Amino acid sequence: MVSDAPSSTAGQRLFDCRDAYMSALEEMAAADARVCAVANDSLSSAKLKNFKEKFPDRFVNVGIAEQNMVGVGAGLANGGMVPYVCGASCFLTARAMEQIKVDLAYTKANVKLCAMSPGMAYGQLGPTHHSIEDLAWMRVLPNLTVIVPADPVETAAVMRYSLAYEGPMFLRIARVPVPRVHGEDYEFHLGKAVRLREGSDVTLIANGLMVSRALDAANVLEAQGISARVLNMSTVKPLDREAILDAARTTRGIVTAEEALAAGGLGGAVAEVLALEHPAPMRILGVPDVFAPTGTAEFLLEHFGLTAAGIERAALDLLRREA
Amino acid sequence: MEMPPTGPERAAWLKHKANWIRLSAMTMNHHAKLGHTGGDLSSADILAVLFLGGILQVDPARPRWAERDRFILSKGHGAAAYYSTLAARGFIPIEQLKTYMDPLSMLNGHPDRNKVPGVEANTGPLGHGLPIAVGAVLAARMRKEPWRVFVLTGDGELQEGSNWEAAMTAQHYGLDHLTVIVDRNRIQQGDFTENTIRMEPLAARFAAFGFAVEEIEGHSAAALLDRFSHLPLEKGKPTCLIANTIKGKGVSFAENQPAWHHGVPTKEQLTTAAKELDVEVAW
Repeated sequence: MVSDAPSSTAGQRLFDCRDAYMSALEEMAAADARVCAVANDSLSSAKLKNFKEKFPDRFVNVGIAEQNMVGVGAGLANGGMVPYVCGASCFLTARAMEQIKVDLAYTKANVKLCAMSPGMAYGQLGPTHHSIEDLAWMRVLPNLTVIVPADPVETAAVMRYSLAYEGPMFLRIARVPVPRVHGEDYEFHLGKAVRLREGSDVTLIANGLMVSRALDAANVLEAQGISARVLNMSTVKPLDREAILDAARTTRGIVTAEEALAAGGLGGAVAEVLALEHPAPMRILGVPDVFAPTGTAEFLLEHFGLTAAGIERAALDLLRREA
Repeated sequence: MEMPPTGPERAAWLKHKANWIRLSAMTMNHHAKLGHTGGDLSSADILAVLFLGGILQVDPARPRWAERDRFILSKGHGAAAYYSTLAARGFIPIEQLKTYMDPLSMLNGHPDRNKVPGVEANTGPLGHGLPIAVGAVLAARMRKEPWRVFVLTGDGELQEGSNWEAAMTAQHYGLDHLTVIVDRNRIQQGDFTENTIRMEPLAARFAAFGFAVEEIEGHSAAALLDRFSHLPLEKGKPTCLIANTIKGKGVSFAENQPAWHHGVPTKEQLTTAAKELDVEVAW
């Protein structure tokens, strides 16, 4: 899929994707009586205050109890509801891993996990509150669809899509503000990477907040005479193998970028396809095998090179060494 | 389905059915050379009364009928007794039981709702059933439908904290369409529960968590039938029935023996069990 992207995201208005998720969820609940929400204590971090006021009978707060929260979601789905189980990704995934595996993925329960504030959004709060492992954990579970929207437009589109889709989903909803990378007419297609920019020298594959940074990197590379393709691979599972193989065949290498551990997530998924089907030079940008130090989200992204400049460096390194 | 007699014969008929479930489960475990005989035997009367005694509003012809009552076997290792019960109720053919744990059989060692009609939840790891049951009752409430949810847990299983998270939710929302039945056989895999992690005072614990609680004789079809027919115990509260049972019930060599948690009977032991239970299982 090809979609027009802004030529540069620098200086653009920034959005908290949770607002788009919240508006979409309220619209969906108004239109479909099966939609309900499950929260673990904090309504503000999951942006569910309005939902609770508008749909008090379809709102459940289980308190600080994530294992129960996911099980309750599975039970609601068993009873014919479509529950959106919303909580900070760090607790939702790590604390309730077995419930996600058994009650949702193995069971194929029609539950949508809305993983709020993933990655290093809770920067200064430290590694207990970071969720850099979630993509690796979720991606390996059979039957679980894993989506990392890039901006508010895609977040809303994915939310609407999730209601029509039958089965368990993990939706990673960004808190760190991002610019728009999709036009208002954007349509989400499961398992299809969006080609935001054509390019023939190198391919930048990103998702979540790294997509706008990849677009910025492509601009800088263009000024240096390098043509970089940019793919928004918001669906980590099922993976768009064709887009990856096409990038491997028609450009000289692939740089992946994600706000998660470099091991096991988007980069790992792309590497598996390349290793087995079409080996190609590759760089994987993410958090290395460490827990992050203290700092704001923006500081930590900078610290780990998860920036346009970091992507640019990786692309240049790849093209130079693999020439 | 064979219809249960009415009146006082019903309890005797259910007791006989429960014994058939016992011998069927033991035969399945013998066939698979694997299984959880002790817990199959302790839960058989409860399963028989729920499914064959007219308690659960379910329909084998429409296993996903939206307004059915839900039964969730949280102690998923009691699969052989559960499958035997589902077969006796007509959800799966009796013949299917002979494939228990065979390669590619629908009958896993632990139940899978996507394979076996009548199964509501994929269980096996402990502490999963009660949260799912709570969610299901909440769904019935949101949909303004009258169906109820029964969940059967083990007793050692209640050492998993997720049960108590779910209990807090059940009491907060006043879920009186929820009935938790504890198969209180006092033995877990490694030892007696009270030698492992003390479960008493179990009734007081559930009461403190906001449940209406009653201890019942878990092997009396008459007592189970009477109690299951008069629920909830208290309006506005979830019900907890602590069913006092004997692990390995009905088979002399297995009763109250921790080793029979996952003991597998020999051919000779099956013959002895058939005599003691006074039933036959065609295999």
